[in-house]
Amino acid sequence: MKRIISVLMENAPGALSRIVGVFSQRGYNVDSLCVSTTDDDSLSRLTIATQGDDKVIEQIIKQMNKLIDVLKVTELTDSPHVERELMLVKVVANNEASRNDVMRTVDIFRAKILDVSAVNYTIELTGNVDKLDAFLVTLKHSATILESARTGACGLARGEKALTP
Amino acid sequence: MMSGAAMVVQTLNDLGVKHVFGYPGGAVLDIYDALFAQDEVEHVLVRHEQAAAHMADGYARSTGITGTVLVTSGPGATNTITGIATAYMDSIPMVVLSGQVPSQHIGEDAFQETDMVGCSRPIVKHSFLVKRAVDIPKAIAQAYYIANTGRPGPVVVDLPKDIVNVAEEHPYEFPTDVTLRSYNPVLKGHNKQIGKAVKSIQAAKRPVLYVGGGAITAEAQGKVTELAELLHCPVTCTLMGLGAFSGVHPQFVGMLGMHGTVEANKTMHNADCIVALGARFDDRVTNNVEKFCPYADIIHVDIDPASISKTVKAHIPVVGSVDTVVQQILEALAGSDFSEQKAKLADWWKQIEGWRSQQCLSFEQPSEVIKPQKVIEALYKHTNGEAFVSSDVGQHQMFAALYYPFAKPRQWINSGGLGTMGFGLPAAMGVQFAHPEATSVVVTGDGSIQMNIQELSTCLQYNLPIKIITLNNRALGMVRQWQDMIYQGRHSSSYMDSMPDFIKLVEAYGHIGIKVDKLEELDDAMERCFAEKNRLVFMDIAVDQNEHVYPMQIKYGAMDEMRLSKTERT
Repeated sequence: MKRIISVLMENAPGALSRIVGVFSQRGYNVDSLCVSTTDDDSLSRLTIATQGDDKVIEQIIKQMNKLIDVLKVTELTDSPHVERELMLVKVVANNEASRNDVMRTVDIFRAKILDVSAVNYTIELTGNVDKLDAFLVTLKHSATILESARTGACGLARGEKALTP
Repeated sequence: MMSGAAMVVQTLNDLGVKHVFGYPGGAVLDIYDALFAQDEVEHVLVRHEQAAAHMADGYARSTGITGTVLVTSGPGATNTITGIATAYMDSIPMVVLSGQVPSQHIGEDAFQETDMVGCSRPIVKHSFLVKRAVDIPKAIAQAYYIANTGRPGPVVVDLPKDIVNVAEEHPYEFPTDVTLRSYNPVLKGHNKQIGKAVKSIQAAKRPVLYVGGGAITAEAQGKVTELAELLHCPVTCTLMGLGAFSGVHPQFVGMLGMHGTVEANKTMHNADCIVALGARFDDRVTNNVEKFCPYADIIHVDIDPASISKTVKAHIPVVGSVDTVVQQILEALAGSDFSEQKAKLADWWKQIEGWRSQQCLSFEQPSEVIKPQKVIEALYKHTNGEAFVSSDVGQHQMFAALYYPFAKPRQWINSGGLGTMGFGLPAAMGVQFAHPEATSVVVTGDGSIQMNIQELSTCLQYNLPIKIITLNNRALGMVRQWQDMIYQGRHSSSYMDSMPDFIKLVEAYGHIGIKVDKLEELDDAMERCFAEKNRLVFMDIAVDQNEHVYPMQIKYGAMDEMRLSKTERT
């Protein structure tokens, strides 16, 4: 089962490697990992997408909480939350039909074209993971995907709930 | 104003550190120069850095005081890895100060460069790479704070050579506050959980206390004993918990687990309420978790939330220090009437006494060969059960754990979690530094002792009168036992046909060696050994090569399924 875990930690050297270490040394998988400093630059916020049953997730959360650099850990999956992922995708569209199809798909998904060349489009799309997946499937019908990069899910709880130090 | 090197030493001194176990090298020569200039912090020169870590570890286990290690970069640092992992698995407070190549060369594959913070990451509680000299006091002070609070563990402080340069001086300020906003260990149990625990304890007809190393860390022996006596219930200790409840107390049913006693394992299996105090339900205790203690309500008290329900689901988890939580339980029980408790548990004790009467530790001692159990019994007798006993890893470790009842905490020093051969001798040295007047014994085997035997040289340098009891069976006994039991007696690489003459060897190191091959010589030899108050004595005792450690849990079985000898089982 897919789970989203949110972590607030010190923006300290080596802190990220300790988080990643918990996953590798205890045999858990990371599906995606999104990390950056927060509005307070002494802190980093991570969103980790992983798989596992309740027992596994409980251990992951406890083991991360145990790290000295970690301030707070919470699971977002089961509570109301918003979740977004950013994707950049570069396609080869070198004929009129293909270019029109790509434009239409971009329109339908409310994506954005960031860069254009004679034979390529580079497209930006934000949304939840399912939307991004669906966009890629649709896009493949009209153009060849040259490369893509995704940030992984990034999430916050809805309402007043917040991870603060 | 002082140099970074002087700051390292001054900080150690301000923290009250008395002993540092280490080995010099290029990256730490400035620190060694600063050590040379003072007398407060004593440096102990080892012969191999792994042993420095085990010494600091033994020092910490026998006192509760954080052990300190100082090593150079590269191989000096990596040699401590096994020692750090040993301390990590058993939650031992330790600070390892490792030298590092100068900051500007980090990442260049410089001479003797290793990413020590990276190498040690999975086996430390925390680590610091100090980047500025002025940060040295705070980093070191925080390292000690982290190492010895909450669930203790090893902390690495990596010190690049340029920041400890003796030629550059900086203002020194000892930190007044070492707390971290992200680190707040919970000591006191949640009242609601205490309430649930108390209810379960009061309802129990077949309770047992299952006591682990956490009770020793928390110095909780007094409270654990008080609770046990109030409840009049049986108590079992893990390998790490031996001594947290007296091994000679009538309520003690012995060690539990893979080589636990019949009465301990059966008591656990049949209990209706298990109160786990600072124990972590590891695989050497539980056997098959699916079949683990099917009738019990499990109350799990641990300072580390991650230990709770990691392997066995706790019905009543209580996060907190064993000492504080047991005190809370005692307070909550204060109003209750326990006058009927003995009568209430009479049937339970009758059952337990039945298991006890099987005398699972009894053994036959033929006249022609010395049984290892006999040696431990003799050791107990000749030390009045009062020695600090450090052990290596293997059959001798289990014999020592089973046949030397420990009345006090911190008396039994062994590598329980990692199972590190070579741990015993250096650990006993650490014990001797911490307790110069006490009897510090090593129980070891012919395999384990050779893994850090070079430290005999350190023992001579510092006049450590350690007593080394070697159960020499000319084989790797525990490996051989498993090969006998599981691999139809195929002794693949468990022989050591080229055994050294240990007596000549220890004499070459400047110590006394005593060889024993006959049973009738054993008592006299032990007498002579312990009469040598100021010398290290190495006893090379030939024991039965074919002996196995029993009882032994049967793999994939429940706690109470055990082999009792080569031919019998439960």
